[in-house]
Amino acid sequence: MTTETLTLAKALGAGLRKAMEDDPKVLIMGEDVGKLGGVFRVTDGLQKDFGESRVIDTPLAESGIVGTAVGLALRGYRPVCEIQFDGFVFPAVDQIISQLAKMHMRSLGAIQLPVVVRIPCGGGIGAVEHHSESPEVHFAHAAGLRVVACSNPADAYTMIQQSIRSADPVIFFEPKRRYWDKAPVEMDLAAAPPLHQAVVARPGDDVTVLAYGPMVKTCLEAAAADDERSLEVIDLRSINPLDIETIMASVRKTGRCVVAHEAPVFGGFGAELAARITERCFYHLEAPVLRVGGFSTPYPPSRVEEQYLPNLDRILDAVDRTFGW
Amino acid sequence: MTDTNGVEGLDRDRLVWMWTQMVRVREFEERVKRTFEEHPGVIRGHTHLADGAEASIVGSLATLRPGDQLMTTYRCHGYPLVLGTSPKAMMAEIYGKAAGLCGGYGGSMHLTDVSRGFLGTSGIVGQGIPQATGAAYAAQIRRQGQVVLCFFGDGATKQGAFHESLNIASLWKLPIVYVLENNNYNVVTRVEQEDANAAAGEPLAVKARAHSMPGVTVDGGDPLAVYGEVGAAVARARDGGGPTLVESKVYRLSAHGNSIAPPGVPLHFPEHEAITTFGATEEYEAAKRGDPVPRFRAKLVTDTTLSPAEADRITEAARTEMQEAVEFGLESELPKPEDAVKYVYA
Repeated sequence: MTTETLTLAKALGAGLRKAMEDDPKVLIMGEDVGKLGGVFRVTDGLQKDFGESRVIDTPLAESGIVGTAVGLALRGYRPVCEIQFDGFVFPAVDQIISQLAKMHMRSLGAIQLPVVVRIPCGGGIGAVEHHSESPEVHFAHAAGLRVVACSNPADAYTMIQQSIRSADPVIFFEPKRRYWDKAPVEMDLAAAPPLHQAVVARPGDDVTVLAYGPMVKTCLEAAAADDERSLEVIDLRSINPLDIETIMASVRKTGRCVVAHEAPVFGGFGAELAARITERCFYHLEAPVLRVGGFSTPYPPSRVEEQYLPNLDRILDAVDRTFGW
Repeated sequence: MTDTNGVEGLDRDRLVWMWTQMVRVREFEERVKRTFEEHPGVIRGHTHLADGAEASIVGSLATLRPGDQLMTTYRCHGYPLVLGTSPKAMMAEIYGKAAGLCGGYGGSMHLTDVSRGFLGTSGIVGQGIPQATGAAYAAQIRRQGQVVLCFFGDGATKQGAFHESLNIASLWKLPIVYVLENNNYNVVTRVEQEDANAAAGEPLAVKARAHSMPGVTVDGGDPLAVYGEVGAAVARARDGGGPTLVESKVYRLSAHGNSIAPPGVPLHFPEHEAITTFGATEEYEAAKRGDPVPRFRAKLVTDTTLSPAEADRITEAARTEMQEAVEFGLESELPKPEDAVKYVYA
């Protein structure tokens, strides 16, 4: 067991490097991923070490990138596509939702598509709309895709490798404002929890707080700041499939639940969580499941994004309100 | 080798094989079409037929070697048939049966036979093009000399995916041939109404120029002409010379697809859009007179490659084969609904 202290971006790069060493069929493709190493430097150094045919600087063509990856997967490769920013994924949505998600079922399992689509997501870096969005719910809604979001360097390292090993397509969300956060990373993949398992990031007794990706850190800060209530923060890690058992165990213990994500509350993934928890934990609930998230506006300009993004105060306000029933 | 037809690589047996495949495709499509009348309710959903495109399909596929691959549009029945896929499994698939090629989960529009190099189709126009391009990239890095054929229609060339893919393939010199089957109609919209090149009186093959690759236009009703152009493009691709856009001009002899109706209303194949929408009866009649299947038969009989008696025997054998496919499809069971949840993930 060895541990290294890495930023989240470096941990992802280390995970990608390990996956490429382990399996010669793993390829990386995307805009500026090769010579530059990606705009967030996640793939830094990989083209130099693995060559231009395995780390591919593509044209600026998201449909072409993901569609080409589908063709490569059809022929036995395991492509990892980088979408440069969250908002740029929409030109590739046909390939992801209409093709990648569906080909296994329509071929009755004759075709497997182990494609990973990496998407830096969320705001907080002053990058305005198209560069600050949280489109996870679009993909969670498309059966056939696995949708995950890492929140910290240790998970980034293991989850990217587990995603690449998956026989199914994985949409892999990376919290871009956390790319520079540093933490110890356990380098032994065998010690990691399964890809689709939620983890209790901070145990507590009074209120369950559910989050994934960039909001996990905010929720942990909220839990640390609350002197009166004991918050149990669960990092979902996987959005689809959803580890409902871990969520249920927590909510049945606490009787209260707050869900937090950056995406707008309306029609967001929190709605699915609230519905599921209500169905499965109704008699344990002391209050409705409350949601904290972005507003129903296009992602705002950088000078007002701090008002848009859910912060510690909004999470603790929701926690307060769960005691108002 | 050069035979009396002057087409390199095609001996008498191969020419007879080509015509036989054209007849099989035609007969298969006729049986799909007749199913709507003879067995109402057996086909639920969309079918799109390749009648009229047989010469283009067979001429293109005759250029391939074992190990090569192709991807096509949803008008996909002809290709796997030529590659050797069982017509029984195909008909059962179109009938939505568990014994079908994809267990009834692909249907008419999504036939797939990976073992024969038929990697699949897209039900969304143009969206298979990047996937075929990816398969060509795989062929390039595998270095086994494989080539990919990518089939799509005139409508697909207005999709962004088409242009993204041709740029990628030309840039990376991928071993792929883009076969643009121009049948003049996007459902009921004529190509001059929706394509700037066509409106300007230019062939659609000029689109290749924008991507710095060769572009040629060929009579898709002549299997030898198609074989010649696609064959040259395949040879260039195999030698590392990169992609080609081959515009193969075909005329589909059936309507775009069968009618769409609520449950309980019998489905059928309407008349061709040239007649129903444009009143261009003479255009359609001319296309019928140029039907590539009798046209190639006449050529082979005239130059004594094929005797009329042998041609009749081949036709009869295809009829028997496709009749058996219909019977197999009819007798097969429907898939179990519970299977649907088993194949969401691998």
